[in-house]
Amino acid sequence: MARLKLKEHVINRDWCKGCGICVHFCPKKVLELDSQEKVIAVRPEDCICCKLCELRCPDLAIEVVTIQTNQEAQTDQTTRMSEDD
Amino acid sequence: MAIKDYIRQRYFPQMWCPGCGHGIILNALLRAVDEMGLDKNNIVMTSGIGCSARISGYVDFHSLHTLHGRALAFATGVKLSKPELTLLVPMGDGDALAIGGNHFIHAARRNIDMTAIVMNNRIYGMTGGQYSPLSGYGKKATTAPYTTIDNDFDVVNLSIAAGASFVARSTAYHVLESIDILKKAIQHKGFSVVEILSQCPTYYGRKNKEGDAVSMMEFQKNTTAKLGSKALEKDPTLIPRGIFVDVDAPEYCQEYDKIVERAMKASQNNRVDQTLTTEAGHTCPTP
Ligand SMILES: Cc1ncc(C[n+]2csc(CCOP(=O)(O)OP(=O)(O)O)c2C)c(N)n1
Ligand code: SF4
Ligand code: SF4
Ligand code: SF4
Repeated sequence: MARLKLKEHVINRDWCKGCGICVHFCPKKVLELDSQEKVIAVRPEDCICCKLCELRCPDLAIEVVTIQTNQEAQTDQTTRMSEDD
Repeated sequence: MAIKDYIRQRYFPQMWCPGCGHGIILNALLRAVDEMGLDKNNIVMTSGIGCSARISGYVDFHSLHTLHGRALAFATGVKLSKPELTLLVPMGDGDALAIGGNHFIHAARRNIDMTAIVMNNRIYGMTGGQYSPLSGYGKKATTAPYTTIDNDFDVVNLSIAAGASFVARSTAYHVLESIDILKKAIQHKGFSVVEILSQCPTYYGRKNKEGDAVSMMEFQKNTTAKLGSKALEKDPTLIPRGIFVDVDAPEYCQEYDKIVERAMKASQNNRVDQTLTTEAGHTCPTP
């Protein structure tokens, strides 16, 4: 299966409420809240594109845009990590 | 389609508190609909009243934001008049099982084809944190400062007993599982119940010292286990998650169609009988 590569985290700062869910549950500690309590990607190079942050955001405020091996940017979930039992 | 195409962006940011689990359930539901490739013009969402019920304002489907506890009654009306539509009925635990409890068991008993989603935060969020039939014994609420003495319903067992033909449970934390279950529930022909444990950090969390949204989701993760898992076998006090029932059973609208057909046939036969007796001329009463 084609591997996903990160293009960018698209964060809607108007919608983000700083709940910290995406920050806490990111398996690679990629995200943090800034001084305005909005999420930012501080370690994008560690992102494994599992998209759990995007799926667990109650405010639809974060989107993980990825590139497939064919270099086309896409945002749907073609690979997914499993969550713990 | 992109997820943004399924929502009414003009109403965002949504009204729920930071970290409210209801937003995650909205997120999961949108993914399920998207992955199933459903046409949003064929989906109707009916909801009652509550923080949970506000979900129908955010989706770009046909939507009816109705009366507290009556979402299933409105959905039944829509479904019977247009059985080809997909009915999604998200409800709070109070909405579904306090004031709406009767509608709930009877919709399940009829096995009418719709998906009831119980957004269970174990409290009345919208009205300020009163305890609900799902709070459970020994919990705190604004109306139970010294803890509740009411036992809670088990939504799964209740739904099974009432006759729902698809019954499942997940949590806001288990979003991948929720998406998967919602897809199966929507696909299922008959009454589907999906209970999703949700967090209300503002009332339930604060009253019961369960902390913020993040720690309430840790709680969902640590106090539940998949059906058939080793964890559940080892610790039966964990709340089981997964699909409990998925059976084929006669569906209400289809049964209703059969009744219509039977009634048509009967009235046709009556007419034939009448003409025959009239022609024979004996039983025809004098005008
Ligand atoms: C007929 C009627 N009775 C009572 C109310 C007041 N009321 C509004 S929402 C609600 C309960 C909300 O709790 P729940 O359904 O669990 O949803 P949540 O807000 O927790 O998501 C109540 C009692 C009402 N709106 N209508
Ligand atoms: S989960 Fe969403 S709302 Fe919460 S901090 Fe992350 S992006 Fe913001
Ligand atoms: S996609 Fe996964 S690894 Fe990347 S930031 Fe989101 S949660 Fe973290
Ligand atoms: S009061 Fe509770 S249920 Fe209502 S929006 Fe806030 S956190 Fe969610």
